[in-house]
Order: sequence, then structure tokens, then C-alpha cells
Amino acid sequence: MAGTYDLHRDLQSIQAPVIHFDHVSKEYQKGIHAIEDISISIKKGEFVFIVGSSGSGKSTLIRLMLREILPTKGRVFVAGRELSRLRRHQISKYRRSIGVVFQDFRLLKDRNAYENVAFAQRVIEVPPAEIKKNVPRVLALMGLTEKYKAYPSEMSGGEQQRVALARALVNNPVILLADEPTGNLDPKNSWEIMHLLEEVNRRGTTVVVVTHNHEVVDMMQKRVITLRNGRIISDEQKGGYVYAKY
Amino acid sequence: MQSIRTFFYCLKQGLRSIFHNGMFSLASIGTITASLFILGLFFFVTMNVRYVMKGAEQNVGVTVLFEEDCPEATIVNIGEKIETRAEVADVVFISAEEAWENYKETHLNEELAATFGEDNPLEDSASYKVYLNDVAMQDVLVRYIESLDGVRRVNALDGVAESLEGINRIVTLVSVAIIVILVAVAVFLIRMTVSIGISVRKEEISIMNLIGATDFFVRFPFVVEGVVLGICGALVPLGILKLIYGRVILYLTEEFESVFRKMSFLSEREVFSRLTPLLLLIGILIGWFGSTTSTRKQLRKISLR
Repeated sequence: MAGTYDLHRDLQSIQAPVIHFDHVSKEYQKGIHAIEDISISIKKGEFVFIVGSSGSGKSTLIRLMLREILPTKGRVFVAGRELSRLRRHQISKYRRSIGVVFQDFRLLKDRNAYENVAFAQRVIEVPPAEIKKNVPRVLALMGLTEKYKAYPSEMSGGEQQRVALARALVNNPVILLADEPTGNLDPKNSWEIMHLLEEVNRRGTTVVVVTHNHEVVDMMQKRVITLRNGRIISDEQKGGYVYAKY
Repeated sequence: MQSIRTFFYCLKQGLRSIFHNGMFSLASIGTITASLFILGLFFFVTMNVRYVMKGAEQNVGVTVLFEEDCPEATIVNIGEKIETRAEVADVVFISAEEAWENYKETHLNEELAATFGEDNPLEDSASYKVYLNDVAMQDVLVRYIESLDGVRRVNALDGVAESLEGINRIVTLVSVAIIVILVAVAVFLIRMTVSIGISVRKEEISIMNLIGATDFFVRFPFVVEGVVLGICGALVPLGILKLIYGRVILYLTEEFESVFRKMSFLSEREVFSRLTPLLLLIGILIGWFGSTTSTRKQLRKISLR
């Protein structure tokens, strides 16, 4: 149907990879590649780590998947749709099917946990009665039932990240993108978040995690794509953090 | 149902933002108020000057005198020709007897008038009094009437047309210039207020973009903010102007009786039936234009599209 973009609907029928990078390059400045000739395919329901040192191009991949930026060369497909062909009004609909979590949580400081999560539903015009049902359910899933009235300043980093995760999940995303989700957390909280991401993946959501955290990557034994200087240097189905060889 | 809910949600967010940016909102309302107040004052002056001028125009007449022993048929013919002119509002025939009666009433006392007996010194002074639609056309009309057979002389007040038209033009030009400057200042201030509102809510807007808010959802609260500021900025001066208009007119007619005695001013109802929609419309347009241009510019910096 022209003019609409329904990732949920498209994924029902799709046989192709849910995310596909076809020889993608991105230059922020002429001649300086953030990523170069990247080709990746991520299947529906996969859990993928994207690792690499600072400046290797990890966050550029996330920004391309969010349709925050466009590739200089190549094409990015999500659920069979080429993102650069999305019209302006289709981008907001597309993003409703993508959950995203950041290292710095990006919570609204003047709103409590409940309001932060409800905000994600209100923005996409979910009826209030449904918001009242959905938000407590997701907060409970994240173990935040007791904290729903707490403001970000009253919560630990781990709790804030769980609120951010609840906000990303409340709209039932098909894909969850996490950009350094444990970057500001201690090891205990990092593991809690990773277990929650694993649980989300077990329920059917495709999860892509960009991280520096080699302990987590080594322990979880998921697919690991390693970047260096904007190029893929390894892609292992049950891999660990690649750093010693390079 | 959903879009109505969204509309009211955005409306609420816009109003919330006005209170949130209290001081800047007050500054914007203050500037729009000042601008529209001055605009209102100029409107009073312009409207009343035009009104007084219209009255003056209607009283300015051209007098057409005929040649001696001019046949009645020729006089009638002259009258008909003048009446067909577009710039002519009315043609009144004044017979020699009426002219003498008028003269006696205005210039002579009864005793002096009685000395003339049955004589009419203005025996050859039958005339047409011609009133114009547009006083600026007086010279053209005078030239035309002078070219007609049987016309001896045309009396017109030299320079009246030019001075009335000149005043009209100056008042209009000054008003337009001041209004343009004030509106530009008001738009600038609305843009500033909305920009500050956007920068305060930068984090929120970037999150909204990330989780799939539509352009309307992101932008509309700022447009609401601008338009509401514009409406408030129009209502305040309207209230003040309404309070002072009657008093100013009363003061002018009482304190400067010699100047304004013969002039009649527009009533409060006549002025405000035009000024109220005008100021509200300008307020809304200032708010809408300021907020949409500012929103477009500022959100492009934050937008992830």
C-alpha cells in the first residue's frame, strides 16, 4: 500500500533478512569513511553484537538503521524496504517499529518512570486506556513495578537503563537497537540489562547490540560482527570479542 | 477521535510551554502588545482622519456660474452633462433668488437686508453647486466644465484637493511603515521565544523523533504556543484601546473645542468592529508565522530525518 510503512505487517511475510546492508559506505567528510563497503545480513529473531574500538563505525551502523543518516554508497534494507526510499512521513511510522536504547539513557528528567514510558505511547497516539494497561506490564517485565513513580535523579544507572529499555519495548518493536547499553553501568547492572535483552530476544524481537563490553560478548556466545576502521574484519555466529589479533 | 485527542494533547503541550517559558512568554506578549497598541493608535488616527476628510470632501463643492442671459435650455444642458461625469456625486441648481437669500442669511443683518427691497444684486448669479465623489478629481472636472458652452466661470477652492490628498497619503505611508517595523519586531520576538522553547525541549524532541512522532505531533505545540502568544498580544492592547478611545475623543472635543468643534469622529462601535478582527488576525498571523519559521529552522537542527 503506497504511503504507509508497517514493519510488523511486512515481517509477517518476509523471507529475506530483516536487516540487510548492501555494500554500504558512509562519509561524513569527503574522503573520510566512517564505514566502507559494509555488507551484513541479520535474520529475523537474531541476537547480534557489533563490536570494535572507538571510531570503528559501530554507531554509524545504528544511525543508518534508524534512518537518522543516509549512506553515501550502497543500500540499507529493513524488512525488504530500502530506507533511503522512505518518504519523510513514512520515517516516523518506520521508527515506531524500532526500539532504541542509548548509553546515556536519554530519559526525560522532569518525568517519572511511568511517564517516561507512557510518553513513547502517547507520541504515537496510543489511546489512554491502552497506555494504562501497557506501561505497568512493561515496567513489571523490567522489574520496575516499585519504581514507577521515581524520577531519573532518584534511580541508579541500571534502573534508568531499564526504564529506557521499557520505553523502547512498550511499542512492541520488531527490532531493538542498543547503542552501548552497558557503557555507564557497573558489571552487576550490565549483566541484568544483558539478561533482559536476551529475554526480549527470546520473545521474538531481533536485537542488535553495539558494545565495548568484551566480557559480556565473550560470555553470551551470540553472533559477533567486529569492525575496524569502518570495515568488517570478522563475523562469527557464536563468537567472542576480537581484539588480540588486530 | 484519535486525532481530536492528539489535537488537544498538542494544545495542552503548547499552553504548558507558555507557562514553562514564563518570562520569555511575557516578553513576547509585551512586545506584541506594544506593537499592536501603537498600530491601534495609528488605526484610530488614520480612520478618523479619513472619516473627517470624507466629510470635508463631501462639503467641498465646485460652483458653476453661467454667462449673462444664458438660455434656460443651455443651463439645463450644462447640468445634465455635469451629472453624467463619474467623479460627480451630486449637482444642485441654485437660482439667483436662492443665492441672494443665502447671502442675506449669512452675511447681512435684517436691517441692512431690508434696504435692498425687492432688488436682487445677484440677479446673474444662478449657479450649479457640484459635489464630488473624489476630491482629487476636482481639477479635471473644473477643466471639463470650463470647456462647456454657456459657462462663465467655475469657482473651486484651489489646493483643497491637493492638501486633503496629501494628508491622506502621508498618514497612510507613515502608518504602513510603522506597522511593518512593529510587526517585524513582534515576529522576531515570537521566533526567539519559540526557539528558546525548542532548545529547552531539545532532548524531548530528539526522543520524540526517535520513537516515531509525526511532524505534526512535534511541531504543533510550538505553533499553538506562537498563536496563543499572538492572540494574547492582541487582546491586551484591544482592552486598553477600548478603555481609552472614548476618553480621548471626549478630551479632544472638550479641551480643543475650537479645533474639533465642527468635526465628528467615528463611534467606538464603528472603530472596534474593524479594529478587533484586524488586531486578532495580525496577532494570530504574527504568532503563526514566527512559530512556524522558527520551528522549521530549529527542528531541522535536531531532526533525525
